[in-house]
Amino acid sequence: MLKILKYSLSDMMRSRWIYIYTLFYLLLTTALFWLSPDLSKVIISLMNIILVLSPLIAALFSTLYFQQSREFTELLLAQPVRRSSIFWGQYFGVALSMSLSLLTGLGVPFLFYGLLVSGEIWNFLVLLFAGIILSLIFSGLAYYIALKTENKIKGFSLTILLWLFFAVIYDGLFLLILVLFNDYPLDKFALGASLFNPINLARVLILLKLDISALMGYTGAVFQQFLGSAPGMSIAVASLLVWAALPVWGIRRVAMKKDF
Amino acid sequence: MIQIQNLSKSFHKNQVLSSLDLEISQPGVFAVLGPNGSGKTTLIKCILGMVIPDSGQIRYQGASITNEWKYRAAISYLPQIARFPENLTVNELLQMIRDIRDQAARAEEIIHLFGIEPWLNSRLGTLSGGTRQKVNLVLAFMYDNPVIIMDEPTAGLDPVALIRLKDLIQAERQKGKIILVTTHVMNFVEEMANEIVFLLDGRIRFRGELAALKRRCGEPTLERAIAKLLQGECLEAGPAAGKTAAENPDKGFFQPKTEIPCSRY
Repeated sequence: MLKILKYSLSDMMRSRWIYIYTLFYLLLTTALFWLSPDLSKVIISLMNIILVLSPLIAALFSTLYFQQSREFTELLLAQPVRRSSIFWGQYFGVALSMSLSLLTGLGVPFLFYGLLVSGEIWNFLVLLFAGIILSLIFSGLAYYIALKTENKIKGFSLTILLWLFFAVIYDGLFLLILVLFNDYPLDKFALGASLFNPINLARVLILLKLDISALMGYTGAVFQQFLGSAPGMSIAVASLLVWAALPVWGIRRVAMKKDF
Repeated sequence: MIQIQNLSKSFHKNQVLSSLDLEISQPGVFAVLGPNGSGKTTLIKCILGMVIPDSGQIRYQGASITNEWKYRAAISYLPQIARFPENLTVNELLQMIRDIRDQAARAEEIIHLFGIEPWLNSRLGTLSGGTRQKVNLVLAFMYDNPVIIMDEPTAGLDPVALIRLKDLIQAERQKGKIILVTTHVMNFVEEMANEIVFLLDGRIRFRGELAALKRRCGEPTLERAIAKLLQGECLEAGPAAGKTAAENPDKGFFQPKTEIPCSRY
């Protein structure tokens, strides 16, 4: 699997878009530092962008990479290599390059603006973790969809719909339910429902770490009230890890049965 | 060496292979023939584990290949359409496959044989069809494997390359290898093949030597004998042998069944 991963990674590194993506984060973070040198303010501003953007970009890259590397996959399938190694190697190649982009794009400006001497290092690491795990989850889900769908356009649309659902529609439905069932106690429901949206989980995780109740929203508040900050964070991290493991398992399941 | 029992595969509603049995135990060149859509490529891809059969067993040296991958180290494969990662150069591709397979290779010899040195540093996407096929041949012949499977090896080759390919196949046969070839070029079959495996509607309807086929059909040339087979005459008795092409006009040579989408190949 490591050999396949190596080739997928070097393939990704040839793509101009991965550099544009890294450059975008570099410029964005630097610009935010120009506006305010306060590290925690920059973290909050970045949070909202990363929560929406990193899943979208990761999903798009993953779909495009799978669809474009079909020849490579067919070539590999005739070699003495495990099927799961081929697909996992490619998925981790994409996921790793997205994570490296985030790490460089955010890490370099933060280091430059004195991350190590400030007390914000853990807050920054949580932000980075959220960005990376969202990239992993959404590239995995997109890769799974790409494997499942024969039609490229259909696969692409499904991936975008999936992102739209978690980034926008889910919150809308959630609010709608809260308003409609205003008279009932919905705390447990809110708690449960937030576990099913990785973007929400990542947001709750960061806000619990930063301890900003004003920005926490309903789910964040419920998390803190019911579980306290530390257990709440542990549950959020555990759920995110489950979310990241699901597509890895799904990719294997589809890959073992697919014809080429 | 290779045993196939009761192999069936359908893509959606299209039954491509139905209860196919085939056993290849002695070395030689085996020509897999049959009309378009008769399941030749699907059969080959099943042996390589690229297509997962619905039912049936494939054994290589007595061991089932289901979910196995190590046996592929003993098989060289030449795919029908040379599809490579477009942005790699020929050298990078060869290097990559050698890195992945990690077997002793004789790439330089085959590269020289087909004269593709000038293209070693060109991107695969820019190569002509014939040159791609030569690169394909290098990948298939650079390893000394006991089984060689080729899907339409002659496609796009110039006469010089074709002669070199035939010589190469002869030399490999001398080494006692099993060579499985699909082709539509009858001259090539006549010159190279030890045995013919004829597929129609997902079953093997003739298996034997060239001379036996000609005798059976009462035709002097292979081309005419095959044409008779394609029209449903002189087939071996099989489960559906009673039906001739005349009764099944939609399954004849010139009107293949529903086309399988290209992505399946």
